Amino acid sequence: MPKLTVDGIEVEVEAGATVLQACEEAGKEIPRFCYHERLSIAGNCRMCLVEMERAPKPVASCAMPAADGMVIKTDSDLVKKARNGVMEFLLINHPLDCPICDQGGECDLQDQAMAYGFDSSRYAEKKRAVKDKELGPIVKTIMTRCIHCTRCVRFSEEVAGVGTMGAVYRGEDTEVGPYIEASINSELSGNLIDLCPVGALTSKPYAFTARPWELKKTDSIDVMDAVGSNIRIDARSSEVLRVLPRINEDVNEEWISDKTRYAIDGLKRQRLDRPYVRVDGKLVPASWDEAFAAIKARVSGLDGKKIAAIAGDTVDCESMTALKDLMGSLGSANIDCRQDGSKVGGPRSSYIFNTTIAGIEEADACLIVGANVRAEAPIINSRLRKRWRATNGDFRVGIIGEKWDPTYKNDYLGAGPETLAEILDGKNDFAKILKAADKPMIIVGMGALNREDGDAVLAATRAIAEKFGMVAGEWNGFNVLHTAASRVGGLDLGFVPGEGCLATNDILDGAAKGAVEVVYLLGADEVDMSKLEKAFVIYQGAMGDAGAQAADVILPGAAYTEKNGTYVNTEGRAQQGWRAVFPRGDAREDWAIVRALSGALDKTLPYNNIDAVRARMVELSPTFASLNVPTKAEWTDFGNAGEMKSDGFMSPVRNFYMTDPISRASVTMAKCTEAFVKDAAAEKVA
Amino acid sequence: MSHLRRPAPKELQPVSFAFTPENLDKAKKIIAKYPEGRQQSAVMPLLDLAQRQTEGNWVPTVAMDYLADMLEMPAIRVYEVATFYTMYNLAPVGKNFIQVCTTTPCWLRGSADVVDTCKKELGIGVGETTQDGQFTMIEVECLGACVNAPMMQINDDYYEDLTADTTKAILDALKKGEKPKVGPQSGRKGCEPLDGPKVLKAFCGCGAAPQDADASKGDA
Repeated sequence: MPKLTVDGIEVEVEAGATVLQACEEAGKEIPRFCYHERLSIAGNCRMCLVEMERAPKPVASCAMPAADGMVIKTDSDLVKKARNGVMEFLLINHPLDCPICDQGGECDLQDQAMAYGFDSSRYAEKKRAVKDKELGPIVKTIMTRCIHCTRCVRFSEEVAGVGTMGAVYRGEDTEVGPYIEASINSELSGNLIDLCPVGALTSKPYAFTARPWELKKTDSIDVMDAVGSNIRIDARSSEVLRVLPRINEDVNEEWISDKTRYAIDGLKRQRLDRPYVRVDGKLVPASWDEAFAAIKARVSGLDGKKIAAIAGDTVDCESMTALKDLMGSLGSANIDCRQDGSKVGGPRSSYIFNTTIAGIEEADACLIVGANVRAEAPIINSRLRKRWRATNGDFRVGIIGEKWDPTYKNDYLGAGPETLAEILDGKNDFAKILKAADKPMIIVGMGALNREDGDAVLAATRAIAEKFGMVAGEWNGFNVLHTAASRVGGLDLGFVPGEGCLATNDILDGAAKGAVEVVYLLGADEVDMSKLEKAFVIYQGAMGDAGAQAADVILPGAAYTEKNGTYVNTEGRAQQGWRAVFPRGDAREDWAIVRALSGALDKTLPYNNIDAVRARMVELSPTFASLNVPTKAEWTDFGNAGEMKSDGFMSPVRNFYMTDPISRASVTMAKCTEAFVKDAAAEKVA
Repeated sequence: MSHLRRPAPKELQPVSFAFTPENLDKAKKIIAKYPEGRQQSAVMPLLDLAQRQTEGNWVPTVAMDYLADMLEMPAIRVYEVATFYTMYNLAPVGKNFIQVCTTTPCWLRGSADVVDTCKKELGIGVGETTQDGQFTMIEVECLGACVNAPMMQINDDYYEDLTADTTKAILDALKKGEKPKVGPQSGRKGCEPLDGPKVLKAFCGCGAAPQDADASKGDA
């Protein structure tokens, strides 16, 4: 471990660290544009120059490996002069358009020009102008502002895995862009906007909307997929304007998917902002009391067996807890949080991502079964890609299911259960790779488990995990990849049918037959509503989607940006998000609605504030006792070995950009669908 | 920036590209020079090969895509190389591609005359192609033949020690479909002094013996 001196402070850094990292270790701030912790080192902006003893000229600290005995100065006159020079060069061609630039207020160049810039320019020559590039519905370009740091080029090549961006032409004519017109077809393209240190790449949907200092920033958790990306919600007065990533090394590092970032404009449309009651076949606005009275009239005295509840994909754990308790007090255990009918449940190790997302970086082989990870959880796919890059391609990935492009090298093994059986019998070549691996892992997607034979598939994947030593000592390589943010939380809370009670498909069939008379949909919009025509449907949620149309009573709830909520991600990591804005109109936080309804039904639930609900959650599951860390699950027996059907596994996510009521209502997501989803054009015609 | 450094418009871009069997053979040999997994290093010679094969002596976008596939690299990485190096033309050029050096040494020795002669004789400006597609003329930076300044490169050949007259003679010969003499047009050999060799005369068989004390002193 090299020891070096920075401005008289002695620091010791890891072998292989750079001088820039050593300077940061010593608490010195080094200005930079091209250097980024998560990208390869380019060393082309020269802003990080420092003085090094015995070096003839200043050195770029980001690209200089720290060595024993180095003496570095970061605050000498030479350094100041050198950086001033670099800044002056950068500003030769950078336009002076900060007042109309969306990056203003959060611009690295603006900030660093305060420290290293001059008050006026010595250049009378014309500035160069560069033609803007068309990069699709998300990234807006003003390429004249580009300072050629190449962060976007490195990100798209290294993290996103789509080689769209490049630095073409040379010298003064250098342009960053795709050469021939091409949109960035990546689920992670929004991160380019965060990476760009100037205003060359900005957000198209957010263009000219607000200045950063006008925004109220709230920490929250994303619900668009089951990754639980840590986000920051920026809002002005009652409007959510943008979503940015928060750094969490264990979950999303500092990336978020485009759906996470841009589906929020769906929150402005098709909102439920007041209760409705169906009168003579038509939904008419009502007061809360009227809505509760309508429910009471239908539910009172009804046998609990004829009441059922289904929780949707984006609901918080608090409201599921309240609804579970309410259903219990009504004498019903017909509750299910798996609206897709998937066969997950059972022991905890059978339904979580045991390896953890960060754990992927230790694995040396991965078998993906029935999951299009790129569409279902782009952040996890980028981890897999990161692992593949870190091992120089030695990390082998085998895919069973549909063919999809993971952006890294993979072995496509087959479409369905037959291939699974081949692997188990050791007949497939990939079995040898799994056998040879020290830390093999398997990712089982909903495409494999939401089928009728899901239980048998689960048993087969467990057998593979056992056979190839995927569970050994501290290492647990068995992973289930969920697509719904609420799923693991719901399973942990036991929002599943009681012994002999009805699961989602049975509830729907029962409702069609008339055996189930009241169905409570808690944000559940992806079930077959045609089966609910006979039943009395209570829909509670924020969006006027399929569920609201089928409803007899609508209880307007809060979207994830409008409530304090706990979510458990696919790893089994409980995380809390905070309310950024208040719910719309008469809408209320969801657990409070259920609590109020319980009072109206004379079954008052024993909690009056969110802390009491959370205490109840801890009672139901230890998951909620320790926030932000995934609790390890014990490896036990699960699944029922049986006959598997021969059909191939199909991922439930057909269109990454539209998976839930919020993203379906989003204009930006509609534009992305049109631009990037191949079948979308055909669908439109049909 | 010359239009040759920008991608040709769509209507000029061919729809497909593939190496001829001979060129494919050559390409395989070039790729084999690099270690396994490092085949991307062959991108520059292959771009050259593609340019030579293409009518109009340029690299169409489809050719770059073809090479990207062949070398298993993202197309943008090939675009970056092709757009960086000025030896690759991104748009078609005339059969005789004239590059006149106008960097300082050539300019001091009269490159402006060479450019003017080209303009006058061919009736085109810098960066333009004649109507019949025979000639394209551009100005370039130093081609490394300063000792024979001024000079121009036509396709693969250097024509050096030019004057307005010799430039015209070369162009006239090319117009007739003849191949003018390559190299210095002043009559000197290579880059030896203009008024004959000064040293090692015995070796080149054109002067006094090496023991001639005066000669060696005079040249010191």
